[in-house]
Amino acid sequence: MIIRGRAHVVGHHVDTDVIIPARYLVTADAAELAAHVFEDLDPTLRERIGGGDILVAGENFGQGSSREHAPIAIKGAGIAGVAAISFARIFYRNAFNIGLPLLECPGAHGGVRDGDEVEIDFGAGTVRNVTRGERYGGQPIPQFMQQLVDAGGIVPYVRARAGRS
Amino acid sequence: MGLTVTEKILAAHAGAAAVRPGEIIDCGVDFVFANDITAPLTIREFQRMGVGRVFDPDRVAFVLDHYVPNKDIPSANQAKITREFVRAHGLPHFYDIGRAGIAHVLLAEEGFVGPGDVFIGADSHTCNHGALGAFATGVGSSDLAAAMAMGRLWLRVPETVRYVFTGRPRPWVTGKDLVLSIIGTIGVDGARYGAMEFTGETLAHLTMDERFSITNMAIEAGAKNGIMEPDERTLAWITPRARRPFRVVRSDPDAVYADVRTIDAAALEPVVSAPSSPGNVVPVREAAGVRVDQCFIGTCTNGRIEDLRTAATILAGRTVHRDTRLLVIPATPAIYRQAMDEGLIRIFLDAGAAVSTSTCGPCIGGHMGVLAEGEVCVSTSSRNFVGRMGHKTSRVYLSNAAVAAATAITGKLTHPSDVVGEAVGARAS
Repeated sequence: MIIRGRAHVVGHHVDTDVIIPARYLVTADAAELAAHVFEDLDPTLRERIGGGDILVAGENFGQGSSREHAPIAIKGAGIAGVAAISFARIFYRNAFNIGLPLLECPGAHGGVRDGDEVEIDFGAGTVRNVTRGERYGGQPIPQFMQQLVDAGGIVPYVRARAGRS
Repeated sequence: MGLTVTEKILAAHAGAAAVRPGEIIDCGVDFVFANDITAPLTIREFQRMGVGRVFDPDRVAFVLDHYVPNKDIPSANQAKITREFVRAHGLPHFYDIGRAGIAHVLLAEEGFVGPGDVFIGADSHTCNHGALGAFATGVGSSDLAAAMAMGRLWLRVPETVRYVFTGRPRPWVTGKDLVLSIIGTIGVDGARYGAMEFTGETLAHLTMDERFSITNMAIEAGAKNGIMEPDERTLAWITPRARRPFRVVRSDPDAVYADVRTIDAAALEPVVSAPSSPGNVVPVREAAGVRVDQCFIGTCTNGRIEDLRTAATILAGRTVHRDTRLLVIPATPAIYRQAMDEGLIRIFLDAGAAVSTSTCGPCIGGHMGVLAEGEVCVSTSSRNFVGRMGHKTSRVYLSNAAVAAATAITGKLTHPSDVVGEAVGARAS
């Protein structure tokens, strides 16, 4: 899978409380959650995100709570995928489960600037900076995660397994 | 080549003789639960999975603990979704307002988790139960739905780092200070994806309540789970509570660790995590004097009876500072009742504290104590991220219950010894 879009760069240790504050966790509706995404991190970020854009983050993106509302809010705002130096583990699982693909790519965070056109190749595990003509190597999605993605997420994966048993 | 306690538990639940770090396993689960925030999403995804029934009604719990008693119409509607699902599926382990407590404290107290279990919760602090020698980890709602449907979940076997505590902690140094000190050293992603195994002679000095505070905060170092091998104190605690037979599992002497770190607990001071990261740890003495608007004693991290007793020791015969608010929230109805029977609630009320029914409320800036612009809170909870307890300019210091109580009296961040003297905080054992 390859996605291409305009990049938004955020810092290290972005936690789920600033991705979507708990005061908004009284709904599971993607559009309602997306309206408040990153509100306490940078109130202008939500307005700048357009459909198909890409998020580039530092270390430990998504640390903190288990709220699946966090990747739902990010995806709901139009972000097509995230490349980060590293991800917090619960966020990592949640994002794939709801269909927001992630790539661990250490070089992208230092190289990509806000507004750059970037391309993420999840199969190859690389990020290409179209604007600057650079390429950053990362970790291809683990084979098992690729199977989950190919199945369409955890829900179809369980449906298929339940159908077999 | 030996296995760690985490690897042994996972191997047993994957039907394998051994598992190794990095391996992806299809793991059986002993118990699953969701709360009022994560349950509606879990239920929606579970219904989309089309399996019809939960894998075993006796191994599923729903606990309404975050926005309870419901703070507004949307949160009431969320609780209603959960109630209706529980009724439709005839699920026996449902904790509604009045019977509900903070899930991690409640479910351990009620004996739903024991040594050797694999326990999965749609709440990040599920790692709490590692103090009982269980593998316990938090997941999101979709994963919980999958576990609820199949009684299984895929897991990546974590590499284990062993943390060995030596020495007897000094007065006012608690389990909370031990775990904060580790997070301050290794950072908020210092144990990312991994298992934290806590051991050493110091654990013999710690109550079960203090041990739970340690494993509860493993997630704040990014860990998948925190775990302790059961000892006599563990077994004395769990045996009268356990609802299912359990199996004590210990690490092999030749288990392979990614790292072994030793912490001299006798050298530690009471500490706080200063704003706005749990990893920003400094001794209370260094942060002392900061003016504080609110103190909060409660949560799955430090809302247990031992925390309330410690706070009462400091608050007895004293008064909360007139410019500071003190909230005390017992984590479960049983703890509330015990605090009442021991006279602690009277001490809190006499001091001028607000005592509330069990809820996670203030910890997430949800309700029952939300912070205003620029306010400062000393909290016994586990997270102090930007905006965590209210306005994004509010600031949170994480501490043990003694520091929060002492601070409530003086109105500024205070070492407990400066209020009641060091001797009061010395350990009995």
